[in-house]
Amino acid sequence: MNHGLRATLAFTFMAAMLLAVGFGQSWNLALAILNLCLISAVMSLGVNIQWGYAGLFNAGVMAFTALGGLAAVLISVAPVPEAWAAGGLNMGLAVLIIAATVALIYVLRKSLPGGALRKLITAIIVIASLYLLRKFYSPGVEAIEAVNPAKTGYLGGLGMPIVLAWLIGGLFAAAVAWIIGKVSLGLRADYLAIATLGISEIVIAIIKNEDWLARGVKNVSGLKRPVPYEYNLQNSQWFIDLVEKISASKLAALTDPAAKQAALQQLVIESSSIFVKLSYSVLFTVVLLIILWFCTRALNSPWGRMMRAIRDNEEAANAMGKDVTGRHLQVFVLGCAVLGIAGAMLTTLDGQFTPASYQPLRYTFLIWVMVIVGGSGNNLGAVLGGFLIWFTWIEAEPASLFLMELITAPMAEGNAIREHLLESAPHLRLFLMGLVLLLVLRFSPGGLLPERVRHV
Amino acid sequence: MTILVGENMTGGYGGADILHSCTVGVDRGEIAVIVGPNGAGKSTAMKAMLGMLQLREGRVVYNDKDITQLTPQDRVAEGIAFVPQTNNIFTTMTVEENLQMGGYLRDSGIDQTIQQIYELFPILAEKRRQAAGELSGGQRQQVAVGRAMMTEPAVLMLDEPTAGVSPIVMDELFDRIIEVKRTGVAVLMVEQNARQALNIADKAYVLVTGENRHTGTGSELLADAEVRKSFLGG
Amino acid sequence: MPETTDILNALVLFGNFVFMPALSYGSQLALGALGVTLLFGILRFANFAHGDTMAFGAMVAVLVTWWLQSLGVSLGPLPTALLALPVAILATSLLVLLFDKYVYRYYRKQKSPPVMLAIVSVGVMFMTNAIVRFIIGPDDQRFSDGQKFLVRARDFKEATGLNEGIAIKTSSVITIVVTVVVVVALFWFLNRSKTGKAMRAFSDNEDLALLSGVNPDRIVLITWLITAALATIAGVLYGLDKSFKPFTYFQMLLPIFAAAIVGGIGQPVGAILGGYIIAFSELAVTYAYKKFFRYLLPEGSEPDSLVQLLSTDYKFAVSFIILVVVLLVRPTGIVKGKVI
Repeated sequence: MNHGLRATLAFTFMAAMLLAVGFGQSWNLALAILNLCLISAVMSLGVNIQWGYAGLFNAGVMAFTALGGLAAVLISVAPVPEAWAAGGLNMGLAVLIIAATVALIYVLRKSLPGGALRKLITAIIVIASLYLLRKFYSPGVEAIEAVNPAKTGYLGGLGMPIVLAWLIGGLFAAAVAWIIGKVSLGLRADYLAIATLGISEIVIAIIKNEDWLARGVKNVSGLKRPVPYEYNLQNSQWFIDLVEKISASKLAALTDPAAKQAALQQLVIESSSIFVKLSYSVLFTVVLLIILWFCTRALNSPWGRMMRAIRDNEEAANAMGKDVTGRHLQVFVLGCAVLGIAGAMLTTLDGQFTPASYQPLRYTFLIWVMVIVGGSGNNLGAVLGGFLIWFTWIEAEPASLFLMELITAPMAEGNAIREHLLESAPHLRLFLMGLVLLLVLRFSPGGLLPERVRHV
Repeated sequence: MTILVGENMTGGYGGADILHSCTVGVDRGEIAVIVGPNGAGKSTAMKAMLGMLQLREGRVVYNDKDITQLTPQDRVAEGIAFVPQTNNIFTTMTVEENLQMGGYLRDSGIDQTIQQIYELFPILAEKRRQAAGELSGGQRQQVAVGRAMMTEPAVLMLDEPTAGVSPIVMDELFDRIIEVKRTGVAVLMVEQNARQALNIADKAYVLVTGENRHTGTGSELLADAEVRKSFLGG
Repeated sequence: MPETTDILNALVLFGNFVFMPALSYGSQLALGALGVTLLFGILRFANFAHGDTMAFGAMVAVLVTWWLQSLGVSLGPLPTALLALPVAILATSLLVLLFDKYVYRYYRKQKSPPVMLAIVSVGVMFMTNAIVRFIIGPDDQRFSDGQKFLVRARDFKEATGLNEGIAIKTSSVITIVVTVVVVVALFWFLNRSKTGKAMRAFSDNEDLALLSGVNPDRIVLITWLITAALATIAGVLYGLDKSFKPFTYFQMLLPIFAAAIVGGIGQPVGAILGGYIIAFSELAVTYAYKKFFRYLLPEGSEPDSLVQLLSTDYKFAVSFIILVVVLLVRPTGIVKGKVI
């Protein structure tokens, strides 16, 4: 089967599945799944840039999506002036101290030759600055977190449109990725995986515990949306008119004006929620298409060819004078930036930032399954993987419950084994994901839409 | 009568043939060397005799037995030992452990053989408890040869044993190899240092592009004007 | 100058809250890191499923312990889980051998790059994780029994007359004793036995080991068996010391990897060193020294803050920072390990 046909078929199938959910379950659910499919597709593209183009194993996807989410909070939430007044100065000084320390160490490394003396001085500077930092940082944090802790207790954000955070989220993720890449690239391939696994734990720990930053596990909710609110829609005449127009035939069947009014109201409520989700879908699709366009361009450019050459034979590329580590750093940072964008989109969609919800299986390794099942190295494949795996992930839960009910049907109500099986059914989808990953890796290592290998 | 011979060997590593009907053999108690320019297929010929590449034509005969289909491991078990050019010792293990690993397939008499090898290579006895990776280049080659000798082989194959060692160490190594020969072992080696190798060779093969160009005793080839002109720099 | 009893009090305090816990946590990490490092040395990949393998082994031990407890079997002052250990090791060995046969072997024969095997291990991680959660659930389970303390803090105080006491938990002592026994046995095996030497040879130079007649399938089999045993023992000891919760085992991956790399990956001695380094740093950095200094410093100059370098929430940061420093300064680890 040729590649184009295969991709068309796969995406048609995906669309049919979503439509089936729409008709069979509800349009609200179908759109909810679609939106997360779109975000998953962006994440999957991000990992594909790293793994598919360059063969880099990023085990910290979760951290980069969380950084995007953090950006959503820091950009969109209104600032808390009281908190700034209480602890702003201290925090500012803390930032200055950090900057000064970094600058001092930089100068030191430039001016002094390497050796025991330099190490000693570096250590002294670090310890001294840590001591100074505590002096300002701790009271600052205390003061900020004391400001109306039930509602704020943090510095707040910039009060800007949340869509801007999608960009900033990408930058946040890219900045952290640069540091991690700088440290661990150029060593063994799996060191990057271990280092990213570490950074993911730490980023989440920081976000959970630094309440002054984004309220930690107390969560920030009610993030401003880039799309209308259901409530406003329901009270807008244009929207009611629109709903009336669309469902005119349905309403015409009703003769009783009161019943007609009630039906219209019901329709307006349902449609408002669908409209909101649809608006998100449009926004996400635009982002996905833009990133996809860039990815496709990049992959087919000389740069993309070089990346693949490096991936397929690092030694030869090195021997030809290619800066392998430098290229890897580039591609790693780019991939993480895409993950940050996706993370910011996700938090925007949720309307809240809940650090405790970041779990590595869901936010790191599930994305990996998407890329590998979809087709590593192929952008469309990664997108398909994002759609398919997210869909499966969501629908596998009711499916495994159904399966367990079927299996346990002959057992008596209240049977302990039956209860246990029913209760444990949701974990089956983890098993399914592992199995799918292993099956694809083994029997179709290129994924559903394999990378096109051009023979020049 | 030769104990190990590769007859009319033709083949390569999957792609184009590297060897073209090449014949190389060695008998007990003699040193046979393969010399020739770079890319002549010297190492390939030796590896073919060990079974590390599939021959398209020709055969390898050992002790009157056709062993062309045996795996390298089986040939080692039959009594053919091989010392690769690089990575030929266990660097993190002690000298003694290297020797023990050489005798891995044997059930008994290992300690005795180790003693014999220590007699052959006295420096190894001295360094027995040291990690092999810490030794000098010449000493490492002795460990490598010693490890191969642990199977009490009938044939010892050496792939450029003197690559990268100083001339003094090279002479020392050749002396040791002559002693190995005197124990009745057939020694087959590939050498870059053609003149010195021919000096100790009982039998020598000059290979060019995978074919036999000259064959004779070491002194015959050294005396051959054409060989001298083409391969020994005059 | 503080008085002698104050110095003693400070030391006892430190011993009780940093030294003892670090010793047992370090032992658990060391056992985990040994498994990772052996697998790395022989099969040459970073096994992301190791944490979940530990969870699986510990789960079997929990279930068998419950069953034994229901039968009324007990070891007296010792936890019943020790009796369950052999069964758990057996079950875990079976699990990893199944995964090896149906999953890893294929890639080994294909000579896939290490990073491919690491990704494959992610699939195995998913499945193992699901099995554990399906059987026992994601929640905390307690299974330790027997005598909780060998020495109670109160008894210690009474015996010595100090203000502070050292409480010696049975689980800590068991952890340390078991670790010593396991490590001694492992090192004897690796350095003295023929098979152990063959394993080291295989790890050092695979081609030459094959040329020497080492059977790779046998080496791989033995490596998996040892890894399974180490993972189970580490998992059970950790569970006895703290409690059994599947997710915590996944989270132990980071300190375990860090320990293996810090020590020098592929180096058993390094793994043990690394385990203790990580554990001691973690506890020393997250301990609040306020009381400690109150004993040592003259009156009036006691610190008013907690004197805690990092909150315990950031204990992962400790392993990570050590990992980063090692990658920057000495990527081969303390005992020179494999670096390409």
